[in-house]
Amino acid sequence: MDAMLHISTLHYLVLGAALFLLGVIGVLTRRNVVIVLMSIELILNAVNLNLVALSRYWQGVYGPNALHGQVFAIFVITDAAAEAAVGLGILIAFFRNKETINVDEVNLLKW
Amino acid sequence: MAPVATPFFFYLLSGTMLIGGILVITRKNAVHSALALIVTLLAQAAIYLMLYAPFVAGVQIILYAGGIMVLFLFVIMLVSIERTMKERQFNKQWLVGIAAAGALGGLFMAVYTKGKGIFPEHALPTAEAQNTQAVGSLLYGQYMFAFEIASLLLLVAIIGAVVMAKKRI
Repeated sequence: MDAMLHISTLHYLVLGAALFLLGVIGVLTRRNVVIVLMSIELILNAVNLNLVALSRYWQGVYGPNALHGQVFAIFVITDAAAEAAVGLGILIAFFRNKETINVDEVNLLKW
Repeated sequence: MAPVATPFFFYLLSGTMLIGGILVITRKNAVHSALALIVTLLAQAAIYLMLYAPFVAGVQIILYAGGIMVLFLFVIMLVSIERTMKERQFNKQWLVGIAAAGALGGLFMAVYTKGKGIFPEHALPTAEAQNTQAVGSLLYGQYMFAFEIASLLLLVAIIGAVVMAKKRI
């Protein structure tokens, strides 16, 4: 019961793992490219949650200015923005050529 | 001063996030998925506030929920989703995919139950007033080089997105 009532770093890590798994399931099973990209955003968010939770943990060890995890989370958000822009650009180019947004039909390089 | 009702808000927000995440990967309509993802991102921003990270929470709301998701919604409007909505939503390997994700989840659970002891609780500092200031001085001090590289990455992404989406270069 005490583990339920006291929120520790591990609680945040488990939540991050659950979100990560949802993103992995989305990437592996969906056919719609837009939803696959959204699942990738879910994965990046799970990683960000872990980074900020562990940054909180290190603040307890090294004092309030140990914010490296938060800085790294900001870099991850920057990467997510770049990835979304380029990914959606590729998606538009693909849709123009094939008139579909199913990943199954991206099979030009397949044997 | 000890924080009030932390467990209640933690479970409320994590429940919101997980339900939103499940909706993202199960909805047929991509617009519904995007709206569920926005709910998830906002709940996550609130979790950042619970972790005393107000700057990251603000960046999350402005950039993720405000910027990236608007980009997603615009692209959903540009491509036609009517045909996709009539088709099968999950591919043929969905069982293998879920099994692989379950194996990964089992691995996470094993690591977290075995390694429970490596996160001892410390006397955590209460809310610091200068979180944004401290993050800023780290970004422009110790992480100066990485910051400049990130700006270069964004420039490349802008050019890449334009080149990809343009009909004729």
